[in-house]
Amino acid sequence: MRIELTINGATHALEVEERTTLLDCLRDHLALKGAHAGCEHGVCGACTVLVDGAAVRSCLMFAPQAEGSAITTIEGVTPAPGELSPIQDAFCEMHGMQCGYCTPAMILTAHALLAGNPQPTREEIVEAISGNICRCTGYAQIIEAIALAAERMRGANRPTELRT
Amino acid sequence: MSTGQFRFVASDRRVREDRRFVAGKGHFVADIDLPGTLHIALVTCPHAAARIKSIDKSAAMKMPGVHYVLDGAELASGTEVLLAGLDTPNVPRRPLAFETARYSGEWVVAIVAATRAQAEDAAEAIEIDYEPLPFVLDAEQALEKSSPLVHEKHGSNVLLDKTFVWGEVEKDFAASPCKLSLRVKWGRSSTVPIETFGVVARWDPWRDILDVWASIQMPRYAEQIAAALKIPAASVRVHNDVDVGGSYGVKRGIKHSVLVGYLARRLGAPVRLIEDRLENMRGGDAHGPERLFNIEIAFDKSGIVHSMKMRALENLGAYAGRSPFQLGKPIGAIVGPYKIKSVEYRAIAVVTNKTTQDAVRGFGQGPTNLALERAMDEVANMLGFDRLEVRRRNMIRANEFPYLIPSGTTYDSGDYETVVAKVLADTDYDALKKERDELRAEGKLAGIGIATCLEPSGGNATFEALLNPKINMSTFMDSCRINVDGNGTITATMHTTSSGQGHETLVGTVIGEVLQVDPDTVRVTRPDSLNALPSGTPVGSRMAIMLGGAAFHAAHKLKAKLTTIGAHDLGIAPERAVYEQGNVYDRDKPANKRSWPDLVGIAYRNMHRMPAGLEPGLAVSHVYPVPTGGTLPTPDGRVQMYPCFAFEFHLLLLAIDPDLGTPQILRYRVGHDCGTQINPKIVRGMTMGGIAHGIAAALYEEFAYNDEGQLIAQSFMDYLLPSSHEVPAIKIIDHETPSPHTVLGQKGSGESGYLGAPAAIASAVNDAFKPLGISINTLPLKVSKLGDLIAKARTK
Repeated sequence: MRIELTINGATHALEVEERTTLLDCLRDHLALKGAHAGCEHGVCGACTVLVDGAAVRSCLMFAPQAEGSAITTIEGVTPAPGELSPIQDAFCEMHGMQCGYCTPAMILTAHALLAGNPQPTREEIVEAISGNICRCTGYAQIIEAIALAAERMRGANRPTELRT
Repeated sequence: MSTGQFRFVASDRRVREDRRFVAGKGHFVADIDLPGTLHIALVTCPHAAARIKSIDKSAAMKMPGVHYVLDGAELASGTEVLLAGLDTPNVPRRPLAFETARYSGEWVVAIVAATRAQAEDAAEAIEIDYEPLPFVLDAEQALEKSSPLVHEKHGSNVLLDKTFVWGEVEKDFAASPCKLSLRVKWGRSSTVPIETFGVVARWDPWRDILDVWASIQMPRYAEQIAAALKIPAASVRVHNDVDVGGSYGVKRGIKHSVLVGYLARRLGAPVRLIEDRLENMRGGDAHGPERLFNIEIAFDKSGIVHSMKMRALENLGAYAGRSPFQLGKPIGAIVGPYKIKSVEYRAIAVVTNKTTQDAVRGFGQGPTNLALERAMDEVANMLGFDRLEVRRRNMIRANEFPYLIPSGTTYDSGDYETVVAKVLADTDYDALKKERDELRAEGKLAGIGIATCLEPSGGNATFEALLNPKINMSTFMDSCRINVDGNGTITATMHTTSSGQGHETLVGTVIGEVLQVDPDTVRVTRPDSLNALPSGTPVGSRMAIMLGGAAFHAAHKLKAKLTTIGAHDLGIAPERAVYEQGNVYDRDKPANKRSWPDLVGIAYRNMHRMPAGLEPGLAVSHVYPVPTGGTLPTPDGRVQMYPCFAFEFHLLLLAIDPDLGTPQILRYRVGHDCGTQINPKIVRGMTMGGIAHGIAAALYEEFAYNDEGQLIAQSFMDYLLPSSHEVPAIKIIDHETPSPHTVLGQKGSGESGYLGAPAAIASAVNDAFKPLGISINTLPLKVSKLGDLIAKARTK
């Protein structure tokens, strides 16, 4: 069937099988390889993308269901080739990853969290990422990366002593 | 060597690999799209054991997009059996079941189609007629004469039964006034990466080359594929630049790779197999050790342990590659950090009708450490001593290193008492006990967990020769090549894949340190296997030691060459020339110098200015053997196993809801000593991640089977991976005892969190259960089991 998807601000007309998941559509039809298949049954969260700003498992959604929504993938939050967003940079600063497989999804989940809550507590970060399984890190440096990103984004271009 | 001596090593630098991962630009195997690629789906056996009477492929062959249907008979006729670690010719292991399937989930047929979805569709149209056979699941039952045989031709289910006696065990037992015996079980779990295993292969018949891209962590991978496909190893080109989405030991993938390689040659098209989660959990390389221990300990009234008898019975599942060796590696640290004088160790490995076991983080050390630490707790309990005090009394002292253990390995260095003291300086032990007692007073079950562990590192696989006399391998090298190009930039190589350990950062940091240049300016590449120098791959917690060592020595060779060139051009004796940050100057006249561009120019373009006999250019390489390696086991089974031993001390407070059985870790402290930390961010992550794996093995994860031999934890709905809720905030307290054997004092750090945490959790649960009068020595301690145990104890 023919569908039209809005991904990272651009509209794409595609011919897909009805049963194509959003994940397979992104990877196989649009070569957006940043979303990863982990379990394909909605538990691990490695396939997370943003659908109208909310973190959603793209393995549990059919591509045709995404019509009319704004999809954001990791490719869409990277400001420019070779340039990192504050969240991506904070993940590098704290080494909030090891193998990098769950990382794009984790960063998108962090985006969704910080968009609605610029000053999350540790518990709120833990809750937000609890649907994204990481096998490498034990989560500590991921939690620290998100806290650092939040701090930097709140205080962007302001000296430390003026931060509230 | 102390941290103050370093420029870049041990400083808090970023990990260079991270940049590509945060942008979703990792290069994972599933990202590789070769034109015309065909996709595999697998048909698996639904029975625990069955004879394959017939396979009807006709309906599947007519399905849309289907190119080929491969069964085990064709594959067996076209390939050699897969390499086995032990000398067990009648236990052949193949990618697809041939005549008999031996576990539920074993691959029987491979469908090849234009898309994965089409291959899955066709898999449902395959008709297989099975004759179910008797089966055995339990390792102890598999030992019995009446047990069904998993491999009839082998004549028994036992693949390994070897007893070692190191020291005067019987004498020490007779002389010890106290004894205890214990039965400890490590349940079947593993590290389960979020990326399943995947492999893509393409055969070029005009060049006779099989290109392989795989999410692999496997020693001698190209050689094993070549041997099974009966082609020269020089016809297999493994691309080492594939990012591996987690492995922690399990990404062995040899059967997948032989299957895909065979089909790529047979069909003349690129073929790929990316496991789905079901294929991964029930028939991939997902399962780890499942081990039963019977331990006897001989000790005195002051709590000093003199001798130990340990019998370890391993349930390998249906076939065996390297997995039986997981009974061998623990021999190199069989007494842990304790001064136990003599040990009897009996290692038994049996086959059963469960999924084949593969290598997992620690390579068998985790279960053994659980058994040893449970025994230490029980010694304390029997004598009414504090559990920490008993450990301290038995620990090897800092001034006793190098320390020879009964099984023939010498520990390099350590200061266990100081590590413990540092943790206790951070967390008051008496206050922790008070906190526990207050929780108990509130009606909760609460316990303090205590455990130590050693992480043998450096990966010399001499356990192979110890368990299989036909193997005489005594080293396991790694390599680095450095080239300075004509423009003066540095490129260094490594010769294996990585799965998150930051090896490119390691190589850059070490070379930057030696050459005194910014590590970020050192390009690190991964040549394919046909262009590679030898690598033992990242197993056995070895790359900081081995790749770090190779990079260090290669950089020194380069530095020496630059110094020689500079001295010659300055017209001074070599000993007067000083290398500093890329320049070479005259010690007696420092203004007299040659800069990096000068030296590069001479090496590349001015042969007339080169010292006689020196090769032009600036290319060097170094192949590094394992420090302390190079010896085979003695006839009485003693050998130097690994060169370095990191140490951890775990201390935690755990509460268990008395009605629901839900465990909650309230505090977690770990003292960690892996010598010099080349990159502290990486070490910290490895330690945290290892502890998370250990908590999971202790409390959540189990490849559980029902009585019919069906795996009942085939998805993440049943096999519970810890989320951010289950892993507590953990504080690491670092200490640094450098290894005398390594170039920077470094030891391995990838495993110890996983080796110590399960024992620490078991210790805490037993302490929490003490008021109920029960003890438990079986992992995992899942919520349901904890709840049942509490209920049973209360109704007594």
